[in-house]
Amino acid sequence: MSGAGTSAGSADRRAGSRAGLSAGGADTAGGHASMRMIDDYARGDTGMATDEVWALETHLETCPVCRERLAVAATTRAPAVTALVDAVWSDLEPRLAATATAPRRRRRPAWLSGWLAPAAVPWLATAVSVTVLALLLDLADIRLGGVSLVLLLAPVLPVLGVAASWSRGLDPAYELTTAAPRAGLHLVLRRTAAVLAVVVPALLVCGWVTGVMVAQGLLPCLAFTSATLALGGVIGMTRAALALVGAWAAAVVAPAVAVSHAPLALRPDGLPVWGLVLVLGAAVVTARRGAYTVLGARR
Amino acid sequence: MTRAVSAADLAPTTYAWQIRATGLKVRVGGNRMAVDGLDLSLGTGVHGLLGPNGAGKTTLIRALATVVRPTAGSLELLGESAGGRGEHRALRRRIGYLPQEFGYYKRFTVREFVEYMAWLKEVPKADVPGAVQRAVERVGLADRADDRMKALSGGMVRRVGIAQAIVNDPAVLLLDEPTVGLDPAQRLRFRELLQELGRDTCVVVSTHLVEDVAAACTDVVLFAEGRLVFQGTPDELAAAGGPEHVGDSPLERGYSALLAGSGRERGSW
Repeated sequence: MSGAGTSAGSADRRAGSRAGLSAGGADTAGGHASMRMIDDYARGDTGMATDEVWALETHLETCPVCRERLAVAATTRAPAVTALVDAVWSDLEPRLAATATAPRRRRRPAWLSGWLAPAAVPWLATAVSVTVLALLLDLADIRLGGVSLVLLLAPVLPVLGVAASWSRGLDPAYELTTAAPRAGLHLVLRRTAAVLAVVVPALLVCGWVTGVMVAQGLLPCLAFTSATLALGGVIGMTRAALALVGAWAAAVVAPAVAVSHAPLALRPDGLPVWGLVLVLGAAVVTARRGAYTVLGARR
Repeated sequence: MTRAVSAADLAPTTYAWQIRATGLKVRVGGNRMAVDGLDLSLGTGVHGLLGPNGAGKTTLIRALATVVRPTAGSLELLGESAGGRGEHRALRRRIGYLPQEFGYYKRFTVREFVEYMAWLKEVPKADVPGAVQRAVERVGLADRADDRMKALSGGMVRRVGIAQAIVNDPAVLLLDEPTVGLDPAQRLRFRELLQELGRDTCVVVSTHLVEDVAAACTDVVLFAEGRLVFQGTPDELAAAGGPEHVGDSPLERGYSALLAGSGRERGSW
């Protein structure tokens, strides 16, 4: 036997070369099928032994050289077969061209849904457009009570996006999500991070354009986010978001507009308080982590 | 190359019942006990959960899906306690759940949605495309897999709900009113699917349609006002009713006989 391959995976080739030898060792060249066998096969010779056909086909599957020889043999030895195949192809080709091609490209990358809650996308778009509007008004020097609009809005910008990420009322698939193994604090934080990843750069750009200290807008924004999550674990995210936005509007925005004076909450010396709120919120969220794996309050 | 049989597949089960509840109580809202002292053991097969509206079927299924914590009693799922706090991650990977109000994202295609659910259910990343295709084919939506959800009819949406529930090959499958919105032909096909799933899975189907139970269930659980009224085969349920009871079929007569016997039927509706 002319040892066609030494590797373990070459059993097929060995089978082919053995068939070549048995069919007449003289015209076997270096572990390939004999020309006579290929000619017989191309003609569809019914006189071929079954084991020969089997061995040859196994060999053809792995040997491009013999496949090429078969293709040549088929055109010269069996013109009828070649003509038939060509006729079938010419019939099929127009129909193949008419059928649908490869599936359309995915519209939504899978990793995006893994981070950003699908229900939060429209809310986030709203938040970004509000930021842009506030920035434009700031740049046009239209101010409410002498306070930058971006600063006034910064804390509440991420709140609705965060709420929509884990809300019974705003997320249609809330119950499915809550029942999933991935539900829990980890997923909530992942979705919150995705919202912040959009809102925070927008605020940074605003800070850079208007020259306001970045921390002044950013820290209240983070504090409100953690407060929403903490409160949301108790009374439901949508209610928590509405309560916080309402409280902010009543306690800070309205006085600022009324007295035309920068509110205390937005002065640089108020920053430690915001830091405290942030830490407290984070502590409550961690302590009540179990609340994110069961159905929350209605709405 | 597909995966060979893993050690986890060959491991013997360490529990007698997939679902086992003893003295289970679940409170909803303020003080109402939706499930009030339920003792129930369910094994492999299709279990039809029957009962009048407001009997606590949805609350029971939610408790089985571990999204509502039991107030009292013990609940064991797949040999693991599902009562206490904790995330039940490993347990939830083996549960499939279709809520009564099946919410979905209109902009997602069927495939995207089921893939997303597979991700949420922590199906290994390499298995996701195959598992999604299998689930979509099983509910007969392979030709609509790349259509957006908002283009689907109500029955098709329901079938997507079933597809997402079975995408993780669950050992416990909980379906809350799955046949709502299916036309008669789809309902027949769905019953076949239920019987197929019931061969190696514990399927709990809540329904108010007695004929669904007759056709697809190996076992009937009759439930009223948070308590178990009857558990047995559909034939036993039919045998409970006599000609003097209300109903158009033996099963319906058995249903009304048992509910009347339990003294829990209120009002004319």
